[in-house]
Amino acid sequence: MVDTKVVLSGVTLDNPVIPASGTFGYGREFAELYDINCLGTFSFKGTTGDPRFGNPTPRIAETPGGMLNAVGLQNPGVEQVIAKELPRLGEMFRKPVMANVSGFSVEEYAHTCARLDREEQVGWLEVNISCPNVHGGGMAFGADPEAAAAVTRAVKAVTTKPVYMKLSPNVTDIAAVARACEDAGADGVSLINTLLAMRIDLKTRKPLLANGTGGLSGPAVFPVAVRMVYQVYEAVSIPIIGMGGVSSAEDVIEMMLAGATAVEVGAANLVDPFACRDIIRDLPRVMGQYGIDSLSEIIGGAHNG
Amino acid sequence: MTQGFYRVETIRRLAPDVLEMCFSGDTGAITAPGQFVNIKLKGFFLRRPISICDWDEKTLTIIFKAVGKGTAALFDAEPGDEMDLLCGLGNGFDVSKCGDRTLVIGGGAGVPPMYGLAKALLRAGKTPVAILGFNQKEEIFYADEFRALGVETIVTTVDGSEGVRGFVTDALPDRYDSFCACGPLPMLKAVYSATTTSGLLSFEERMGCGFGACMGCSCKTKYGNKRICKDGPVLEKEEIIW
Repeated sequence: MVDTKVVLSGVTLDNPVIPASGTFGYGREFAELYDINCLGTFSFKGTTGDPRFGNPTPRIAETPGGMLNAVGLQNPGVEQVIAKELPRLGEMFRKPVMANVSGFSVEEYAHTCARLDREEQVGWLEVNISCPNVHGGGMAFGADPEAAAAVTRAVKAVTTKPVYMKLSPNVTDIAAVARACEDAGADGVSLINTLLAMRIDLKTRKPLLANGTGGLSGPAVFPVAVRMVYQVYEAVSIPIIGMGGVSSAEDVIEMMLAGATAVEVGAANLVDPFACRDIIRDLPRVMGQYGIDSLSEIIGGAHNG
Repeated sequence: MTQGFYRVETIRRLAPDVLEMCFSGDTGAITAPGQFVNIKLKGFFLRRPISICDWDEKTLTIIFKAVGKGTAALFDAEPGDEMDLLCGLGNGFDVSKCGDRTLVIGGGAGVPPMYGLAKALLRAGKTPVAILGFNQKEEIFYADEFRALGVETIVTTVDGSEGVRGFVTDALPDRYDSFCACGPLPMLKAVYSATTTSGLLSFEERMGCGFGACMGCSCKTKYGNKRICKDGPVLEKEEIIW
């Protein structure tokens, strides 16, 4: 019997598989399809202080091996999430959930995190300082080590829950941003968010997305994500949640060998709603295939010494 | 919604770039006309949402136009092929909101779901009147199938090569008590303005997932934000904000 358990900041997950924020809503659409309690946990839709509609449509475009999105953090706002979404979530899901938080100022991040800190079912805060699809916030904080550290400190000051800073790949040195977050007190880092990208319509000669640019995700970005997780693992000693194009049990293992303690699955949920359930089902078989008895023992296994 | 493999049974070319494809498989998740399937295609990351034209216990029919590389690739399918479908997506048309004499208005690639709707209206004891709009005679499809149901069917062509010359709004009858429409956005806007009753309009949008998870196809309505794929594609005339 293989052991798929991993420990994420003191909380044991049955397995490392976590649907990524923005691909799983608040769980409802998937709970209609399968028992989502099979998941390690899930990261709910990025939540801001105020309700947001997000960007105009089209917000979605296809790419070779992936997709672009420019949703722009559509969400009902933290008060609605606490009043409506979390009670419903609690009926479907009995494990600690990961609260994904975004914002447009250090104060907004701190306020939203402080509100969610009081929610019992929230096990971790995943603070998104890397959304490429909003202006004047999001990625601006993740692009600069100083700004990333400022958000980390502000959030850590208002919560006792473990804080994972979600990092942008759209930087020259992601390890430097990760180190700044660690130094500022982050309990872990999540990476990667989507890569800033664009498609152009040959007929209209204009960008396909109404927002112009969008974030690239899907299998196309997987090797970039593995490389960045590998680099960050060498730079920090806090746990890493690895993500970016993960779509199979093999991908989960590869990401863990690079240094991830847990692994998020994003775009795959959108094309195959049962992706996470199937990855979790496949994990023991694939572990057996590669002689892995315990997943937690392979974390960072690709690093020498 | 269900996910499963569906077998292509028959393929029929209805117009130069329009194909009718009949699948066998589990249709239990289809609850209303105007719902859609989301088809996985080899070599493409995102699924392709296509409205359901007709269905029974064991089969479903779709009709689609080659508009991009994905739908063009579907033209290579052959009977016997198995395809991965998400089935029974979206809200569809609520027949109980339709009057006794309901206009069933379809424009081009928006015609197919109106066929299943016409059948559902007939089953509910109502009298649909179909108005089917095309650019020209060569593009017309399914008018005979509507007539075979015993439905009064008016065809319009932009160039006047068959039926009423002009747009679907040039053929609105004097007497009707509600309408349903599916077609390109300019047609929906024109129908919205030209009609005098309540009605249901089916919208199209680029989708990520097709089942409400990604917020890729959101729109604002008078009743709040809605997802075209999950809360739509059918919206009530009264709630639409253009």
